[in-house]
Amino acid sequence: MKLAIASGKGGTGKSMVAANLAFTLAWTGPVTLVDCDVEEPNLHLFFPAIASTREVTMPVPVIDETACQHCGKCGEFCQYGALTVLPNRILLFPELCHSCGGCTLVCPNDAIHEEPKRIGTLSVSNPQPGLKLISGTLDTGSPHAVPVIREAKNQAAHDPCVILDTAPGTSCPVVEALDGCDACILVTESTPLGLHDLQLAMDVAARLGIPAGVVINRSDGKDEETLRFCIDHDLEVMMTIPFSREIAAIQNRGDLLCRARPEWQKDFCSLFFKCRALTGVER
Amino acid sequence: MSKNKVTIMKVCFTAKGTTLDALMEERFGRAPYFIIIESGTGSFEAIQNPFADGGGGVGPKAAQVLIANNVNALVSGQVGGNAQEVLAAAGIAMYTYRTGKSVRDAFDQFTKKTLEQSA
Repeated sequence: MKLAIASGKGGTGKSMVAANLAFTLAWTGPVTLVDCDVEEPNLHLFFPAIASTREVTMPVPVIDETACQHCGKCGEFCQYGALTVLPNRILLFPELCHSCGGCTLVCPNDAIHEEPKRIGTLSVSNPQPGLKLISGTLDTGSPHAVPVIREAKNQAAHDPCVILDTAPGTSCPVVEALDGCDACILVTESTPLGLHDLQLAMDVAARLGIPAGVVINRSDGKDEETLRFCIDHDLEVMMTIPFSREIAAIQNRGDLLCRARPEWQKDFCSLFFKCRALTGVER
Repeated sequence: MSKNKVTIMKVCFTAKGTTLDALMEERFGRAPYFIIIESGTGSFEAIQNPFADGGGGVGPKAAQVLIANNVNALVSGQVGGNAQEVLAAAGIAMYTYRTGKSVRDAFDQFTKKTLEQSA
């Protein structure tokens, strides 16, 4: 079972839901928690542990200036503007390269080969029995979040129960994290922005064919509009977490709701069963 | 007209339309049209920018369009870092125009040499 936690809007509580879900489920069987918000990973803050870290790279072209005839074929081929060929010079912008490898194929002079370029890191730790945490971290200044997310997901490819915390929004990093998941929790808050972005996130999940349900976080009890939206769009509201100073305080000191208040564990267990019911997939 | 030898220079302007009365476009890589004027003769042609709606890396690609058209100078509002690098390597001079009026006005200012050369 691969379960993604997404939300259109940032700051709705994706990581909070993901961390508490993983913390609770890990007591019953092996769980892998993957932090796919590689531009701002934060799950390690809830689960401090010694991690093993390795580099994530992507292949980028390297030009052999002695073999290059400046024919321009690679520049014409590159859809991303990573190679610009002038009559007597070739300019390479590695940060624009998407590692398609096409330039090495179209070069008639074998003047291009690929070498790995570091774009981020991947950390793996075991912060509690039954729980594996995988965190992707994109290097500052690197624009390629997607390969780091792909690498983080690959690391969990053979694990039985995977919970993926995605980035906010609806762009490529979110699509990459959601792709191939069995179900998706959309975390929202009952504000006009929360509702607007819930609709966007719902559309992304629907287009990817991933069944989705909703968690309303920081509810002030006036959730009518969100509830009506969910009924209209056949989205199950699987859990409602109240707006509470106490919960905020627990979060703010880096603790987990389910650790500080174990009575919440049954609610998160129930949330997981509802997600499983969305898909029909056995854990 | 003067009998002196005139140096013909091809100057590219980033524009929202295809005529000299079209408004200038501030962006370079995503400009809808490039209007290339021959400074000696005043004749011009408009080229549609195939990368105006591109996903990414449009700056260097657009710069290649200018190189392919033997442009000597560019007048635009804002040229990104990658595009600047390509244009500079190709020896294309860059001038900043941010008044937001027509291509004709930008060309006028270019000929009066009142535009600031950015690179």
